[in-house]
Amino acid sequence: MENGFEMIQIMDENGNLVNEEFKSYISESLTKEMYEKMILVRTFDRKAISLQRQGRLGTYAPFEGQEAAQVGSASALKERDWLFPTYRDHAAAITFGHSLPHVLLYWNGRMEGCTVPSGKRIFPPAVPIATQLPHAAGAALAEKRRGTGNAAIVYFGDGATSEGDFHEGLNFASVFKSPVVFFNQNNHFAISVPIEKQMNSRTIAQKSVAYGIPGYRIDGNDIFAVYFYTKQALERARQGEGPTLLEAVTWRYGAHTTADDPKKYRNQEESLSKKRTIDPLLRLERYMKNEGIWEDDWANLVQKEAEEQIEGAVAEMEAFPPPDVNDLFDHVFAEPTWTIREQKEEYMNQIRGAGR
Amino acid sequence: MEMRVKTNKLTMVQAVTDGLRTMLQKKEEVVLLGEDIGSNGGVFRATEGLMEEFGEERVMDTPLSEAGLMGTAIGMAINGMIPVAEIQFLGFIYPAYEQIATHATRIRMRTMGKYTVPMVIRAPYGAGIRAPEIHSDSAEALFTHMPGMKVVCPSTPYDAKGLLIASIEDPDPVLFLEPLRLYRAGKEEVPEGEYRVEIGKAARRREGSDVTLIAWGAMAAQASKAAEKLEQTGVSCEVIDLRTLYPLDKETIAESVQKTGRAVIVQEAHATGGLANDVMGVINDTSFLYLRAPITRVSGFDVPVPFFSLEEHYLPDTERIIQAVEKVIHY
Ligand SMILES: Cc1ncc(C[n+]2csc(CCOP(=O)(O)OP(=O)(O)O)c2C)c(N)n1
Repeated sequence: MENGFEMIQIMDENGNLVNEEFKSYISESLTKEMYEKMILVRTFDRKAISLQRQGRLGTYAPFEGQEAAQVGSASALKERDWLFPTYRDHAAAITFGHSLPHVLLYWNGRMEGCTVPSGKRIFPPAVPIATQLPHAAGAALAEKRRGTGNAAIVYFGDGATSEGDFHEGLNFASVFKSPVVFFNQNNHFAISVPIEKQMNSRTIAQKSVAYGIPGYRIDGNDIFAVYFYTKQALERARQGEGPTLLEAVTWRYGAHTTADDPKKYRNQEESLSKKRTIDPLLRLERYMKNEGIWEDDWANLVQKEAEEQIEGAVAEMEAFPPPDVNDLFDHVFAEPTWTIREQKEEYMNQIRGAGR
Repeated sequence: MEMRVKTNKLTMVQAVTDGLRTMLQKKEEVVLLGEDIGSNGGVFRATEGLMEEFGEERVMDTPLSEAGLMGTAIGMAINGMIPVAEIQFLGFIYPAYEQIATHATRIRMRTMGKYTVPMVIRAPYGAGIRAPEIHSDSAEALFTHMPGMKVVCPSTPYDAKGLLIASIEDPDPVLFLEPLRLYRAGKEEVPEGEYRVEIGKAARRREGSDVTLIAWGAMAAQASKAAEKLEQTGVSCEVIDLRTLYPLDKETIAESVQKTGRAVIVQEAHATGGLANDVMGVINDTSFLYLRAPITRVSGFDVPVPFFSLEEHYLPDTERIIQAVEKVIHY
């Protein structure tokens, strides 16, 4: 059975296409677009870490190394689909149209960071592990009941597969044939716990068997494999054939969050060597060079534009009006209860009195 | 002959480690389990070095599943072991709630004492450290409402170690809440080796005659700060740190309120359904005729603990405590 879940690649580490089936779909413009998006999010990620170190941002969850998994999968979505991210999936959210300044606001402890541009169906990041999987199953089921043809994608890590919600979400979705793609990013660690200590099964993809749904283990650093397999799974969902479990095998180079030290639990040499060998951006660069569609000037421009866009986002985040104390009270119920009304009134009088 | 006990200056989180180490050394049955508690030493370093010292069989990194972790701990406890299970943040205990509420707390009663659950659940909790959302919940009332389990909450390094040892030795399940804001707030002399702080006993942190301030966890420290400021304006506050939230120390509360005639209860948790209401009940039952003013509560609001940009507004500060005290003094 395990042999059924070998890792799928379309492009290998050296940037060579190894699966001809998809060749005709890989245009120059698609390739460049993917590269541009990955540069944007990588630059964003590095900037966020540096802002955190300067005290201009709170604790932040970096994703460097997982760009292909997030950008590739989110690029396969259609405008009216749903995206359920975790705290690490800002690259997916940004790819799907979340606003950069708002992602930064989220990490600065601002509730406004949970709000997305109008029309975008991006749920606030799930902080408790795996709780978003049943939500996605449910939201997708509602789309199916309304016959819209829209689907949902839900992101989660390898650690999340240990929680009950993972199993419950997959089971419900498969029983009700919800149009949802369960997108796992297997970055091999849940904070400090390596995958060998998380589970005894060799792959995450094989867990699909228990729920009677298709599962694929794909190279999560191969943006083409991620993009096309997600697209297929979404297509299948739209046609009423139910959910798919995708395991994107990837690697995160840095800390779990800016609050921890990866040196305590992860071999840094291994991360460094992966950066030189399997890195998703480097791989696409190699592919483009092999294909003769790489130009240094273009790449420099892409980097420069990403930096400008991010500088703009940082400026916008920092110019955002200060938090409004009313927001503490005003969104708990449609109509505030008397308890909240009284507490608010008393507190507002007090801070007004104190001139705060 | 005077016995000299060697002490070390420790933070609260170091005192917790020290207490865990002491009990791991003392009893073979004690095992620690939790997420990231092994090679990482816990996200707050509370179990730092313990896996290296006692091995992976005694200090176990578990898969990421609070329900699994809690259920397994219960199973170990009914079968002769003494598990100390770490929940990474109290806000992530909800998946384990079923195991705690429907099993850990009732096994003794359901088996008429044949099976018991002598386990400890350690959970860092509370706001004030600018953590991301959900990491700052104060959900103690969900557990004090649950017969069959004791709930303990130290506010000093000395108490943390002494109460932890007492909790590990307690024959019933104990939820041991560690206030995040106090983990590294200061150091205190902590004796080496074994000592106990009795579960069910509050501490008088400060003597006073005009009003009793009752608090626990990070709010105990906040109440003491307010008391210091009030002292300068001539108001004498007695500060009671509950230390054990279930069962409450009825006597200490009553004795103090009967002396001062006034009570202000300070809690970080939401007002409605919070433990402050139970403390109020105790005062009402024991000391009604001594009161010179209505009992007053200062609480977090009835809103989810907010994102950190609004955290300072959620948390009771000295200003809010002082206002409440002035209200009862001038009633
Ligand atoms: C229910 C719950 N338990 C514990 C945590 C603390 N925690 C945050 S992230 C994390 C590890 C998650 O690992 P994984 O699912 O592999 O995702 P990754 O962070 O690697 O992307 C843990 C234990 C949490 N957020 N929620």
